[in-house]
Amino acid sequence: MSASEIADDVRSGRRSARDVLEEHLARVDEHEGEIHAFNLVLADEARAAADSVDAAVGAGSDPGPLAGVPIAVKDNMATRGIATTCGSRILEGWLPPYDATVITRLRDAGAVIVGKTNLDEFAMGSSTENSAFGPTRNPRDPSRVAGGSSGGSAAAVAAGFASLAIGSDTGGSIRQPAALCGVVGMKPTYGAVSRYGLVAFASSLDQIGPFSNSVTDAALLLEAMWGHDPLDSTSIAQPRPAVGSVLDDGVAGLRVGVIEELTDVDGIEPEVHAAVEAAASALADAGAKVDRVSVPSTMFGLSAYYLIAPAEASSNLARYDGVRYGLRVDGDDVAAMNAATRNAGFGPEVKRRIMLGTYALSAGYYDAYYGQAQRVRTLIIRDFDRAYEQFDVLLSPTSPTVAFELGAKTADPLAMYLSDVCTIPTNLAGHPAISVPFGTGAYGLPVGVQVLAPALGEPVMFRAARAIERSSP
Amino acid sequence: MISREDVVHVARLARLALSDAEIEAITPELAAILEHAAELSALDTEGVPPTAHPLPLVNVFRADVPRPGVERDEVLAAAPQAEDGRFRVPRILGEAP
Repeated sequence: MSASEIADDVRSGRRSARDVLEEHLARVDEHEGEIHAFNLVLADEARAAADSVDAAVGAGSDPGPLAGVPIAVKDNMATRGIATTCGSRILEGWLPPYDATVITRLRDAGAVIVGKTNLDEFAMGSSTENSAFGPTRNPRDPSRVAGGSSGGSAAAVAAGFASLAIGSDTGGSIRQPAALCGVVGMKPTYGAVSRYGLVAFASSLDQIGPFSNSVTDAALLLEAMWGHDPLDSTSIAQPRPAVGSVLDDGVAGLRVGVIEELTDVDGIEPEVHAAVEAAASALADAGAKVDRVSVPSTMFGLSAYYLIAPAEASSNLARYDGVRYGLRVDGDDVAAMNAATRNAGFGPEVKRRIMLGTYALSAGYYDAYYGQAQRVRTLIIRDFDRAYEQFDVLLSPTSPTVAFELGAKTADPLAMYLSDVCTIPTNLAGHPAISVPFGTGAYGLPVGVQVLAPALGEPVMFRAARAIERSSP
Repeated sequence: MISREDVVHVARLARLALSDAEIEAITPELAAILEHAAELSALDTEGVPPTAHPLPLVNVFRADVPRPGVERDEVLAAAPQAEDGRFRVPRILGEAP
């Protein structure tokens, strides 16, 4: 059932938030053992929250636009007094002393938080296999990955454990798992949603965004989260554009560009390529002007990202030193304690990225690696700017492939990184993008089509996404 | 090409007590990733300014009004060791224990 329908029913008293929640918790009871979407199910807290939503309705007040909607939250967002693990051993025993701004906003909107979802450790990965607590399985085929890093959030929505979920997207960590699990996933314009309380991975790229069963529900959740926050200095001060109210305005006259470098290249599965073509044709049939566009520097996005993101991560993760949070492994002095704690607490992928980032920032290599990546980031932004002079939105696959089998890419970091080749350029530019399920590919698995827009282009991006969704096979 | 010595040096900078086996495993992995990233050096970026951040923000201010911070005891309760309202750590220099 859609989040919009749940909220309408709960606000009008047709259904109780408690009944809605119990239906979702029953599905968790039945399937969570197999899927492992959650690191923590908050059944008691959720029941109390649902009851207070019902009490508000009973007292004649409006609990908000997400009244009684069960929502799952990625386990890298701080929840006061509730374990927040980031999928890592290093935060074992740590309880955040405050709530992330998005948590407060969700509660204020009447949403019911059902649990904290599994993720690749510190959001580093594309399959949720890097979690210290074991992988999440894809509800469409449990022998396959759910994608990552927000695999738990994508799986929670796909399995009906929650009507909505939130994740974080640094290089595709919302959109790629959404595509692999057959749900909608969206990364907002950088700065649209407060990062206060989101455990930092790569601060110039991280952004929180929605998962849902429909484009309409994604807009509903985005509107509830969007807004300036004085606690996040990178949060955008200007007012939120109207998204939900323009969804069905259609695409007549809209200029749509299919990105050649992310679509017509080796490594994109034929069925995925065909889905993008079919989505483009559907937009053309609905009145859009569709053409090919070259955005050449996007080809270098992956390489730039795998220097910039690890560099920022190596700095952000310096705080896990055995002093303030969770785990400590003793050593003879502070430095030995720091190094022993970090080596015991971090998993292999996090260590790999910290090493890569530290190397890219170290004396003698800084300009050749990190500096050059930052200049290439400028080239990517310039190429997007040129493309958006001619086009309103751009189109590409979300993921080059459908969901792969567990273990298929764990031995080859570079092969895993290629899962995000189509999603990374958006993060480098700070732009919004959305993945919309569009038919099926190999093995009957879901395929996602990605719609990209310039900064603050959410209204036009959502219109195109809605049109694609309407014509989905 | 990144060498074993580079890896040992970087691990020290990053405060990671990598085992010998981890160093053996990670060296070729980092080399492969860096080799892929080396494609960037082929791009002409002469005169191109670096982008550190997607938003053109400078000096973001807010009103200087006191507000409650996080609770000290709540913070210390989640730390590995605390004592007398402070984080407790092992000795830092050659001081007497």
